[in-house]
Amino acid sequence: MNRSTIDLWVGIFVTIGVGAIVFLALKVGNLTSLSAQPSYRLEARFDNIGGLKLRAPVKAAGVVVGRVAGVTLDPKTYEAVVALNVDKGYEFSKDTIASILTSGLLGEVYIGLEAGGDPQMLAADARIAKTQSAVVLEKLISQFMFDKASSGSTK
Amino acid sequence: MLPSALANGLRRVGAGSRQAIARVGFAARFFVAVLRQTPTAFRRIQLTLREVYFAGVLSLVVIMVSGLFVGMVLGLQGYDTLNRYGAGDSLGIFVGLSLVRELGPVVAGLLFASRAGSAITAEIGLMKTTEQLSAMEMMAVDPLARIIAPRFWGGVISMPLLAALFSVMGVFGAYIVGVRLIGVDNGTFWGNMQAGIDFWPDVTNGIIKSFVFGIAVSLIAVFEGFDAKPTAEGVSSATTRTVVGGSLAILALDFVLTVFMFRGIG
Repeated sequence: MNRSTIDLWVGIFVTIGVGAIVFLALKVGNLTSLSAQPSYRLEARFDNIGGLKLRAPVKAAGVVVGRVAGVTLDPKTYEAVVALNVDKGYEFSKDTIASILTSGLLGEVYIGLEAGGDPQMLAADARIAKTQSAVVLEKLISQFMFDKASSGSTK
Repeated sequence: MLPSALANGLRRVGAGSRQAIARVGFAARFFVAVLRQTPTAFRRIQLTLREVYFAGVLSLVVIMVSGLFVGMVLGLQGYDTLNRYGAGDSLGIFVGLSLVRELGPVVAGLLFASRAGSAITAEIGLMKTTEQLSAMEMMAVDPLARIIAPRFWGGVISMPLLAALFSVMGVFGAYIVGVRLIGVDNGTFWGNMQAGIDFWPDVTNGIIKSFVFGIAVSLIAVFEGFDAKPTAEGVSSATTRTVVGGSLAILALDFVLTVFMFRGIG
């Protein structure tokens, strides 16, 4: 085995090894996210986003049409501002309702879009006016218990 | 006086302990001597690169194929178990964490010990048997500098790269099974993985582990070769000791490192 062949192979080995570490850092770890499809951005404001995470799917009628691109808190209104990247090619009417839903009890949290009947479509960077916050299970249970208790006392 | 049978038994125990301690001491001095030759190994980088080729490049196939299959099995088994609790969507983080923290460094290290470590031991042991090492000393060439240090550093350099490749192939295998075959959502798979795995401390700790395993396995391999009895039988038992000792060292060190690294991390 001559010297230049060994150099070549070692070069290939080290390159793909370092590439593997970079892949672990970028794609498996969270240093950046890669996205390929062209998309446009929508904004929606929620009182409570529950367990919504970055890159969670955006679904319409159960079909994935985009991803959550950013979650921030509006410091004035204390609302959660969620940025959605929706694939180009899907358009939604102005009166679309965005709600935060969970698939199953323990499943992933996603955003559901329900299109309305408005003939005008949402433009890029528009805000979805009608939103429905996440259902917080603890609140629901406490409400239920509270109702039970108060109805019991009136008897 | 003690009965002679009992005295002989005690003598044997004593001799065994003395030899074991002497061997540990010799190994420690050997390690320091190899480290002293580090400048030589990097000044004559061509020798080290040749060993990176033999230890690293030639292990690529076994590492990558094993990684792919381990990842695919993790994908199947992990999904099956997680789905019982309705958490099939967490497959990404399950697979990523298992590979990056544990399976990547450990399984790659075990494969490295049996694939490259045994070859290093056999090579050095045979050099000793055929008196090549003594011949070198006669010519005033230090075998530690010419033979041992390049092999040691070749192993140490190769190991972290092989472990990273193993993890990547494992994640890819789990992606094939989980996303392509079972139908976990692509974005959920990667999104969960990225949300749950941090470069610091998860990925870096995996790299540190593989580096430590590389030092342990390479040291055991060159030491067993150098210390082998200069007979055919001696070389064969030295090779066996490399694989057994190297694997045990990896598993024991893994426990110790894990205790220090992930204590208190949920």
